[in-house]
Amino acid sequence: MSKNYFQVIRAGINTTFQDEGRKNLYHVGIPFSGAMDKRNYLLSNKLVGNKINLPALEFAYQGPLLKYFGNKINIAITGDVNFRIKKKDITIDGNCYQSLNLEDGDEVDILSTNKSVYGYLAIGGQIDLKYQWSSCSTNTKAIIGANGGKKFENEQVINISKLNDHLVEKKLNYIHTKIENIRIIKGTNFDYFSDKGKKIFLEKEFVVSKLTDRMGMRLEGPKIENIIDTNIKSEGLIKGVIQVPADGNPIVMLSDHGTIGGYPKIGVVISADYDKLVQLSPGSRVKFKQVDLSSAENLFKLYDLETQNLISQIE
Amino acid sequence: MIKNILNLGDAALYCDFGKDVNRETNTQVIRYFKSIQKENIPSINNLSPSYNKLIISFDLKKTNFKDLKKLIENLNITNEDDLKNKKIEVPVCCDENFALDIVRLENKLNLKREKIYENFFSKEFFCYMTGFIAGMPFLGDLSKDMRAKRLETPRVRVPKGSVALTEQFANIYTFESPGGWNVIGNSPLRIFDGSKEESPNLISPGDIVLFKEISKNQYENYNE
Repeated sequence: MSKNYFQVIRAGINTTFQDEGRKNLYHVGIPFSGAMDKRNYLLSNKLVGNKINLPALEFAYQGPLLKYFGNKINIAITGDVNFRIKKKDITIDGNCYQSLNLEDGDEVDILSTNKSVYGYLAIGGQIDLKYQWSSCSTNTKAIIGANGGKKFENEQVINISKLNDHLVEKKLNYIHTKIENIRIIKGTNFDYFSDKGKKIFLEKEFVVSKLTDRMGMRLEGPKIENIIDTNIKSEGLIKGVIQVPADGNPIVMLSDHGTIGGYPKIGVVISADYDKLVQLSPGSRVKFKQVDLSSAENLFKLYDLETQNLISQIE
Repeated sequence: MIKNILNLGDAALYCDFGKDVNRETNTQVIRYFKSIQKENIPSINNLSPSYNKLIISFDLKKTNFKDLKKLIENLNITNEDDLKNKKIEVPVCCDENFALDIVRLENKLNLKREKIYENFFSKEFFCYMTGFIAGMPFLGDLSKDMRAKRLETPRVRVPKGSVALTEQFANIYTFESPGGWNVIGNSPLRIFDGSKEESPNLISPGDIVLFKEISKNQYENYNE
């Protein structure tokens, strides 16, 4: 055990270490993984003065309760998160998007994400983690990445191998925008569906089902009718692909998706909207809006510029 | 040759090699896959070869569909002699405790289990692709009389090491996983090893696989 560490008193529902993910392994059967909401992940690191691509804690719905032991340290939490800091004689409600100081014996209690799914906790320093294929991202299905490929468990410890040299005081004025709709590009099997089915997909509302996790998001709504074949020859998948199996309910592939699939692809979520998409919690309503490739490329440039702006505001 | 390159979303190329699933088409896919891999193109994030498709996903911050498509179309593709394929023997125990769906297959195929195993073990399989779960090989082709559909209701948990059949293919479950293939045995061989970062997969696209029957006793005392 190192000198500075967190004791995990309560693990939370699905707490893992994540970074930018791992490339060039789809052909082996290993997905990209990495932080689901990339923008919030990068911002959390920036707020504690880390290099922005260091591993951070990702939690979903209810996060962990952590007790800190060691020298004074910075943390920051991003997302739409309710949390408290318990100090010796006082408990304070925490604010997201600002650096906070923890002292020996302090606790961070991450109660819930508010009308969203994922939040991030960055620690000012280096967490003692094992890299696998140049990433720490935990993939619980293939049992690879940091923490032995597993999600957090009660009573485990997070060792900090090196604290940052200086404590920082940083803050970002971040405004959560309401998600109106998710933009998509037509998929390679768009014409497998009836005119009515296509219309349903592009015009009706879908509800995010409870069977949603880091691998995929299942949606429920009016059935999308297939008129060609409910199977295709198995082929590669990428995150954001929307498959429609025989039951007519769409499934969106998320960061830990299986690398091969055999259901027709009706659409693909554009890169600019992926961070928004993953934050839709079960029960949320979602509508898809079709855009063409060049609009999607421009929207990504805009998204990327916004992210860079937010990062530079933290300087 | 690639027949057609479409975009899959805004950050992937969808290369189509033709409708048919056969070794010839798949060999073309693998040839492209290996040639592109060798180029180490920094803007490419991932390559997904499958039966008759190659999906190339890329970093939209570094390139775009139009530019990468042009680059791929002008690439020199390795000729056949450069492909180094391995031949791998995979031991399988067909004890009743492992052969979860052998009775179902006897009924569906209208073949006795002895005949099913005889057909299976005399066959040389070709690895078309790996994936779905880490390291899982998709092996073909089973003869026409050996082809059965997936289970009506997939299992929530297929045991690790299960060797299973569906349609013209055989596969090996490298992890415990949900799945709907017909399980006929179990292999003690480690097909995926995450600690070997250079080559975690024992079986790669283009490799030849032979299955060899082993007894329960050999299975239990199996030592790699």
